[in-house]
Amino acid sequence: MMETFLAAQHLSVTLAGREVLHDIALALPRQHLVALVGPNGAGKTTLLRALAGLLPSRGAIHVGGEALASLSLRERAKRFGYLPQGHMVHWPLPARDIVALGRYPHGATDPAQLSPADEAAVERAMRATDVTRFSARPATELSGGERSRVALARVLAVEAPVILADEPTAALDPRFQIEVMKNLRAAADGGILAIVVTHDLGLAARYADMVMVMREGRLVAQGPPAEALSDDILAQVFRVTAYRTGFEHRMIIVPWAGV
Amino acid sequence: MTALVVLLAVVSLGVGPVRMSPLQVLAALFGGGDDVHRVIVQQIRLPRAILAIAIGGILGLSGAALQGLLRNPLASPSLFGAPQAAAFGAVLVIALGLADVRSYALPAAAIAMAFLSVFALLVVAGRNAGLLILILAGLAISSLAGSATALAMNLSSNPFVALEIAFWLLGSLEDRSFRHVALALPFITIGATVLMSQRHALRALSLGEETAQSLGVDVGRLRLIVILGVAFGVGGAVAVTGSIGFIGLIAPHLMRPLVGYDPARLLVPSALAGAALLTAADIAVRIIPSTSDIKVGVLTSLIGVPFFLYLIMRERRALGGGVG
Repeated sequence: MMETFLAAQHLSVTLAGREVLHDIALALPRQHLVALVGPNGAGKTTLLRALAGLLPSRGAIHVGGEALASLSLRERAKRFGYLPQGHMVHWPLPARDIVALGRYPHGATDPAQLSPADEAAVERAMRATDVTRFSARPATELSGGERSRVALARVLAVEAPVILADEPTAALDPRFQIEVMKNLRAAADGGILAIVVTHDLGLAARYADMVMVMREGRLVAQGPPAEALSDDILAQVFRVTAYRTGFEHRMIIVPWAGV
Repeated sequence: MTALVVLLAVVSLGVGPVRMSPLQVLAALFGGGDDVHRVIVQQIRLPRAILAIAIGGILGLSGAALQGLLRNPLASPSLFGAPQAAAFGAVLVIALGLADVRSYALPAAAIAMAFLSVFALLVVAGRNAGLLILILAGLAISSLAGSATALAMNLSSNPFVALEIAFWLLGSLEDRSFRHVALALPFITIGATVLMSQRHALRALSLGEETAQSLGVDVGRLRLIVILGVAFGVGGAVAVTGSIGFIGLIAPHLMRPLVGYDPARLLVPSALAGAALLTAADIAVRIIPSTSDIKVGVLTSLIGVPFFLYLIMRERRALGGGVG
């Protein structure tokens, strides 16, 4: 087992007087792609936000050996690249400027005046997601698939050790779903810890090193896809059976029928 | 834009009961020409031109900053009741006889009320309020400030006080001296500096509050600082001219086709556009023939309201279905 990079103990979150995360414990290494799955309302997004320090939580979170609570907002921002669900852009900014905002935590607050190092990071991220040719196009004029790749490029440009992505494949056609997962897989292979919320058990089983299953604010299973997505757990948590097979040395899971 | 503002300023110095050519203006401004012209330009028209530029500028800047903060092209100080509330603050000071018209208590009260109004608006409307809620809440707040002002007018027994109050409701740049410039300029400068310091954070906010926070922007602090900046700027402006509306709404819209939508890059051009608009309006009220003088605040509202209606028409779909 590799060295733990992101750890949480007794992590609980209360929103509007209701405890929505209960006593979460996790320990995740770098160079891993972790899929976070669970039914709607299980607390997946809340867990991502709590890990990034975007909402108040009880318990302890450590990133790279440092307590999250001891880090300033900017130091947190350097450690977590956060991709929210829907990734809305309110003004028609050029795609390149949006990606350049990924350098904000590093002090590059003005996309018009990036240092060569920041410029290089932006270019790397745009090349990895294949959005370089949209550089000058306003983000609001891009298609859904193009926009989500620009949003992913913005997160990659942070070059943070941890990426937290909330349903990055939602509302994308199959081709882009695969593209986005491949980008995240490549980032993980490059040494990043990527935690990806998804409802697509097939994508989770295919691309993730590890799957965490949530139900009603608790982590009920974590492990390699074959273990965490066992027939028992699928029946208990998702109330489905699954068809399983293999292809090119990968596990294939297709949810099949309700139980 | 800068050239346009300078040009308008020179024209503004030449327009009035005594007409002067631009050359005469420049000569008088720099200590030449005949004595009468020099006094008119330096003592009467120069403060007026300076105030028009500074106040138009801060209104344009505040509008652009508020639109950036709320990520909403219909945001502006006047739609949210800030100038109306600031005017009420100033009126209250006068009606209660707390201070005379040239004291610093006036801008202080105006700033406090402007801050309170924008703060109340954001509390009432909530953080991620859509267009419709913001505008409804703004309408409520500006009506409240308006009726509070009317009440102060109603209760004041002294006709001079009532006249003074009426002036605050109209907004005017007439008969302003360097004393007024000294009264308003420090607050306007503070407001402008505060707003400009937040420009990069406003750009990051284009990605939404949560994403901005994840990039290291303290969104709660940003919101408070922008409200403070707007309150200082608008409060300082209203304290010497009364409420002048719609400059803050129009200026950013005029500039977006030219400089793009980036909230950070929009601030300075919007300030220049606001300065040009108010200076031009102030020239217009002096040129338009009428039996009594038209107040510049009346003119900006007459132009601003149809423009606002046009914007609503353009944003109709967004208004119907939340922010798109």
